[in-house]
Amino acid sequence: MSNHKSKELVSKLGPLFGLILLIIVVSILNPSFLSIANIFNVLRQVSISAIIAFGMTFVILTGGIDLSVGSTLALTGAIAASLLSSGKDPFLTMGIALTIGLILGAINGVIITKGKVAPFIATLATMTVYRGLTLVYTDGRPISNLGDHYSFQLFGKGYFLGFPVPVVTMVVGFIVLYFILQKTTFGRRVYAVGGNEEAAKLSGINTDRVKIAVYAITGLLASLAALILTSRLNSAQPTAGESYELDAIAAVVLGGTSLNGGKGWIFGTLIGALIIGVLNNGMNLIGVSSFWQQVVKGIVILIAVLMDRKKTA
Amino acid sequence: MIQMSGICKAFNGNIVLENVQFELANGEIHALMGENGAGKSTMMKILSGIYTKDAGEIKVDGQPVQFKSPKDAEKLGIIVIHQELNMLPDLTVAQNLFLGKELTYGKTGILKNREMEKEAAQLLSKLGLDINPRTRTGDLSVGKQQIIEIAKAIASDAKYIVMDEPTAALTDREIETLFKTVNELKAKGISFVYISHRMEEIFAICDRITILRDGQSVGVRKIPETNFDEIVAMMVGRELGERFPERNCKIGDTKLEVRNLTVNGLFQDVSFELKKGEVLGVAGLMGAGRTEVAQTIFGYRKANKGEIFIDGQKAGIKSPIDAMKSGIGFVTEDRKTQGLVLDFSIKDNISLANLEKCSSSGIMKKENENSMVAKYINDLKIRTSGPEQSAKSLSGGNQQKVVIAKWLGTEPEILILDEPTRGVDIGAKKEIYHIINQLAEAGVAILMISSELPEVIGMADRVIVMQEGRLTGEVNKENMTQEVIMQYATGGEKVVQS
Repeated sequence: MSNHKSKELVSKLGPLFGLILLIIVVSILNPSFLSIANIFNVLRQVSISAIIAFGMTFVILTGGIDLSVGSTLALTGAIAASLLSSGKDPFLTMGIALTIGLILGAINGVIITKGKVAPFIATLATMTVYRGLTLVYTDGRPISNLGDHYSFQLFGKGYFLGFPVPVVTMVVGFIVLYFILQKTTFGRRVYAVGGNEEAAKLSGINTDRVKIAVYAITGLLASLAALILTSRLNSAQPTAGESYELDAIAAVVLGGTSLNGGKGWIFGTLIGALIIGVLNNGMNLIGVSSFWQQVVKGIVILIAVLMDRKKTA
Repeated sequence: MIQMSGICKAFNGNIVLENVQFELANGEIHALMGENGAGKSTMMKILSGIYTKDAGEIKVDGQPVQFKSPKDAEKLGIIVIHQELNMLPDLTVAQNLFLGKELTYGKTGILKNREMEKEAAQLLSKLGLDINPRTRTGDLSVGKQQIIEIAKAIASDAKYIVMDEPTAALTDREIETLFKTVNELKAKGISFVYISHRMEEIFAICDRITILRDGQSVGVRKIPETNFDEIVAMMVGRELGERFPERNCKIGDTKLEVRNLTVNGLFQDVSFELKKGEVLGVAGLMGAGRTEVAQTIFGYRKANKGEIFIDGQKAGIKSPIDAMKSGIGFVTEDRKTQGLVLDFSIKDNISLANLEKCSSSGIMKKENENSMVAKYINDLKIRTSGPEQSAKSLSGGNQQKVVIAKWLGTEPEILILDEPTRGVDIGAKKEIYHIINQLAEAGVAILMISSELPEVIGMADRVIVMQEGRLTGEVNKENMTQEVIMQYATGGEKVVQS
């Protein structure tokens, strides 16, 4: 039994070993990777994709997928930016943006459960709709001149106890979400829906409600990422967040969560997001051309998934 | 002519067929009958090359043959028409008839559509069917599709056709057409194996009948020389091998009353009462609608009509959550697809229906969960290395105990058990019977669906029998024999006092 458990732990920590190996290789090839400034830089970039990927983990654990996160990010970012530029209070703005994110996610959940539409199709459609709404809302132009809101700027650019605020946000978010998944009845229900939806339903679980909730959480987290991005750039781009859904899915899969649902953990997603971040940054430092970077990234994802397959086979 | 002799087959050490004999003459319609699990479909899967036999011999026209795949059997003209039709509804009739053996111009892969449609038309008219080969198959009735399956078999030169419950979804008129077609083909020397639970059809169309019981052949009879009673006796006449533990029944007031419960297309006007401390057996053949009734009581299906009363109060059950609040537990038939989350541990599976009890304000309380799980692992004698062991790695009997434990955790006042001992070894069976008795003695009202007649007779205080979506009989303890129950279940004519 303990042997069985330790084996399971080793396989779960596989991605972590991969990350450490990657860090060693990159720092040998370019020692400046390990400078504090660069590490903070990597973490700040990772924070946005990791927060989106945390939400994606919930969705994928139920056996679903959410392609609309990038568009949700763009739309809520644009709304936040326009509210700020019209002089609204930054905390009110953030509250509104997060609420809209939550609602956009819940809409996905309702379409999927009540409309009985496959998650891939439903969120493919809303991805297009939300992106289109962003273009309509911004008239296709970036929104800048956000005004001088110190508290909002702090959100993306500030430091808390010496750490970048986005990184602190990511870590706090991780702890809260980890707790929800592992220690609450809701977390247990998320795993049960993905593991065997029929058995979950027959055990008295309102599976529709669980699914709507996970998509709502994902929308909320996408809008949180939007606030960080908007604050960092001091503007909102109508094309922001394009293909972020793919990075998020890649992070979840790299972390060992099964696309079939029911199996995985959010710590793996954090590691997966870090792997992608370190890879991007490391290849820049080493001087790999941006064209080749994509090739390498894709191959790394493929190798990771193939290794995972072998383990389970 | 096909001769199968000494056929043996085991799955993971479970013997499914033991020294079974079967013979199919040319131009014969031969019925294969037996209770659920008697080995009929395994036997036919061996004949059609889907399974390989462990021992025994198959001879076709006197020549011993070895089937490694369905293709081998097909080459000798052995074709199976499965209960679920293998038609692609969006293709035309002609396309379905030639599926996988399309006529082409040499090896180019270019289809000879017109030729295929012409041949299809000829074949259809030979079978007396007035169907345009360009019709979309899904637009035809199930009966016509059934006959097109036969046409497809004929098109590939079938000499031996196995039909598994061919009339299950047909109307009386469609059955008539089917029988006419079958008889005409028989006259041309084609043989049929006819698997059915419907006694009257077997007497109407078959020449001989082979009966299987518990994986062994019980005997062969010529249809004119046998009768309903003899066949039923042959099907069920096993010794009561299992011992059923004694129970001290203190049957109390009515706990659950079901009135005129109906789900359109599945079952009609089902009414019965279940009392505290009573074990009410529900017997019937597969597909009689028993599981669907249970699912409807549990709120997993929506009733079109009917009422459910609990303790004399009308219960408005709309979902499993409502049912659980009303004190109902439901040990489902298929533990792998409905009962368990296989990747979950034993602990997580047991607490799945008890998350409220194992938590406070949404946060799991490990102590509550662990003590509850430990109690049931101990009470139900679940053999495991520990509560963290995954449900997937348990034996069938222990998996079933985990599902039962999950529901005992909810402390139900009404417990529905759907095939509680299916695929469970004899030792675990007895333990499950023991648990059922303890629950009944504690006053729990138990509805036990079972296809194993000895189990129903051994365990139930009273039995209700369903046939094709209707309650056809109720039998009390004194009159409970396998023959009586089987007659209600198959719709035999004989009137029995109950």
